[in-house]
Amino acid sequence: MKDNTVILSGRGVTKVFGFGANKTVAVDHVDFTFRKGEIISIVGESGSGKTTLAKMLLGLVSPTEGEIYFDGELRDIRTHKKKREYWKNIQAIFQDPFSSYNIFRKVDAVLLDCIRMRGGGNLPYDEKLEMMKRACSFVNLKFEELTNKYPFELSGGQQQRLMIARIFLLSPKILLADEPTSMIDACSRATILDMLMGLRNDIGMTPIFITHDIGLAYYVSDTVYIMEHGRFVESGTADQVILNPKEAYTRRLLSDVPKLHEEWDLSTV
Amino acid sequence: MSKVILEVNELTTNYVTRFREKIYAVDHVSLKVEEGKSVGIAGESGCGKSTLALSLMGYYFAPLHYSSGEIIVDGRNISGMDPDDVRKTILGREISYIPQAAMNALNPTQRVINFIEDVIQAHYPKTTKKEIYELARERFELLGLPAEVLRKYPVELSGGMKQRTVIATSVILSPKVLIADEPSSALDVTSQKMVIKMIMDLMNKGIIKALIFITHELPLLYNVTDDIMVMYAGQIVERGTAEQMVFDPIHPYTRALMGSIIVPEAGLRDVKLAAIPGTPPNLKNPPSGCRFADRCKFVKPECRAISVGLRDAGEGRAYRCIIPEEDLRKAYQSEG
Ligand SMILES: Nc1ncnc2c1ncn2[C@@H]1O[C@H](COP(=O)(O)OP(=O)(O)OP(=O)(O)O)[C@@H](O)[C@H]1O
Ligand SMILES: Nc1ncnc2c1ncn2[C@@H]1O[C@H](COP(=O)(O)OP(=O)(O)OP(=O)(O)O)[C@@H](O)[C@H]1O
Ligand SMILES: [Mg+2]
Ligand SMILES: [Mg+2]
Repeated sequence: MKDNTVILSGRGVTKVFGFGANKTVAVDHVDFTFRKGEIISIVGESGSGKTTLAKMLLGLVSPTEGEIYFDGELRDIRTHKKKREYWKNIQAIFQDPFSSYNIFRKVDAVLLDCIRMRGGGNLPYDEKLEMMKRACSFVNLKFEELTNKYPFELSGGQQQRLMIARIFLLSPKILLADEPTSMIDACSRATILDMLMGLRNDIGMTPIFITHDIGLAYYVSDTVYIMEHGRFVESGTADQVILNPKEAYTRRLLSDVPKLHEEWDLSTV
Repeated sequence: MSKVILEVNELTTNYVTRFREKIYAVDHVSLKVEEGKSVGIAGESGCGKSTLALSLMGYYFAPLHYSSGEIIVDGRNISGMDPDDVRKTILGREISYIPQAAMNALNPTQRVINFIEDVIQAHYPKTTKKEIYELARERFELLGLPAEVLRKYPVELSGGMKQRTVIATSVILSPKVLIADEPSSALDVTSQKMVIKMIMDLMNKGIIKALIFITHELPLLYNVTDDIMVMYAGQIVERGTAEQMVFDPIHPYTRALMGSIIVPEAGLRDVKLAAIPGTPPNLKNPPSGCRFADRCKFVKPECRAISVGLRDAGEGRAYRCIIPEEDLRKAYQSEG
């Protein structure tokens, strides 16, 4: 699955908010190399800079310092046109499925937008319909039940699936998933993770999970980056980082997770 | 057997929608919590956990309506009580409830101490501000929160601190029962642990006598509560001790839930998570037989025809399935 082509990398990527006494270094000179098809997790506690980094990778926030390389070249998203081109390659899903949709667009319009973004705007309607049906069936939704509905008329689980159906149609090279399952019950989480893994296999997508759930990171990823105060303090294969953590910070994150076969020591907080 | 603090018998409550349809989100639920014990409630999104929490307080307002059943708090039957009386004499004093996402519902223009004044004066109008401050300070310190927090506005507190403040405030009148609905799901692991430690302290220091803890995080429930109940489509499908429910589930749904637990432990990467295909039934017109039948691997024709109640499995355990326990266990064994 993973080949050695580097899809996204960064050198000295930094984001500073505010200045003077209000200065926050949200992301502090991070270096990373993400390979095609590799499943990456970025783990850290609240405020460690995960979302800020994700926004820089997406091109929603520009770095204060440092360079981001996409597909072997220095990323250039200075014009609107170039940005739109870039977004064909990188997409994101966020924790709250609600906020990700335009509430005034019906479900089929949401899906048609995706087809248009991929340059399928002029395809005959039958063909578009076929694509939408395929995307829905990939995520176990019945297209017929969704047409004419607005996203807020769907259940939480259906919204989540619709979000993945969108990704299926967009077929980005990279998918950033920021806390995609933190409010989701265990079973639905398993379903969603299966679907995301399916996308990696079907369309060769590189998924990047951003989470404070170190168990999730261990389960899904090849490579784990641990983030503390805007820096990557430890990275490596999931087994290295989670089963043999070197940094005290990583060990603390691990010990704070409730487990099944080990005592959860509450006296340490 | 020690004293029963909360007893609920066959409680049924429903929402009435804009189109006058009834949604039975809590359907004949029974439970019992003894003094010093905690019960966890787990289940998929939309199965009725939060509705059960609301219903347990006996405090009903549209669109939620009481339909039938009993709620007995420390020997006192509160079912069918007038909502105004419930608000004045039960909420905060007998039962307290921390709603899902409570910490984001704090009034941003009030200092923490002002909430506490509101809570206490609603019940004891004669208490002076000075007395309230003293009580609050003492209680916050007992729970490991700095007294400075009392003078702060919600925006000045981190997520974890805000949540602990909400909890400390909601138990200021030392209620017998605390119902906590997903109190730590929005927090990172370290803040979550602090919140949990505080809830455990409430029990250990005798501030509350019984705890009902709602979350979809099963490893968390396992570490926090004595007993666990699993809900599916408005009904309890299984209950037992935390140990039994996690390591030896009887009901196929419980088993699937437990099969999707993710914890950072060696060997986890080698298992395939148990995703359950399909979605839960619509609670507007749930199937007359077993509600889980459409998604169950072990379904038989009679499952769809007959609705079973909870079956006793000894030692306080119960499960809702037409297939007997031995047969389910055999089926699990042959699955490996
Ligand atoms: N637009 C902004 N202006 C000023 N400061 C910001 C802004 N966005 C983020 N920050 C600060 O940058 C730091 C990192 O925030 P970020 O949201 O990236 O953390 P996170 O790791 O995603 O946390 P969480 O787990 O809570 O989502 C925090 O101190 C935050 O307050
Ligand atoms: N105000 C309402 N009017 C009508 N139906 C409602 C209302 N609130 C909730 N419901 C329905 O009642 C059922 C139970 O909802 P509830 O919020 O209790 O679920 P939950 O188990 O707490 O889910 P979650 O894990 O997502 O918090 C759902 O099917 C929901 O759609
Ligand atoms: Mg974030
Ligand atoms: Mg709920």
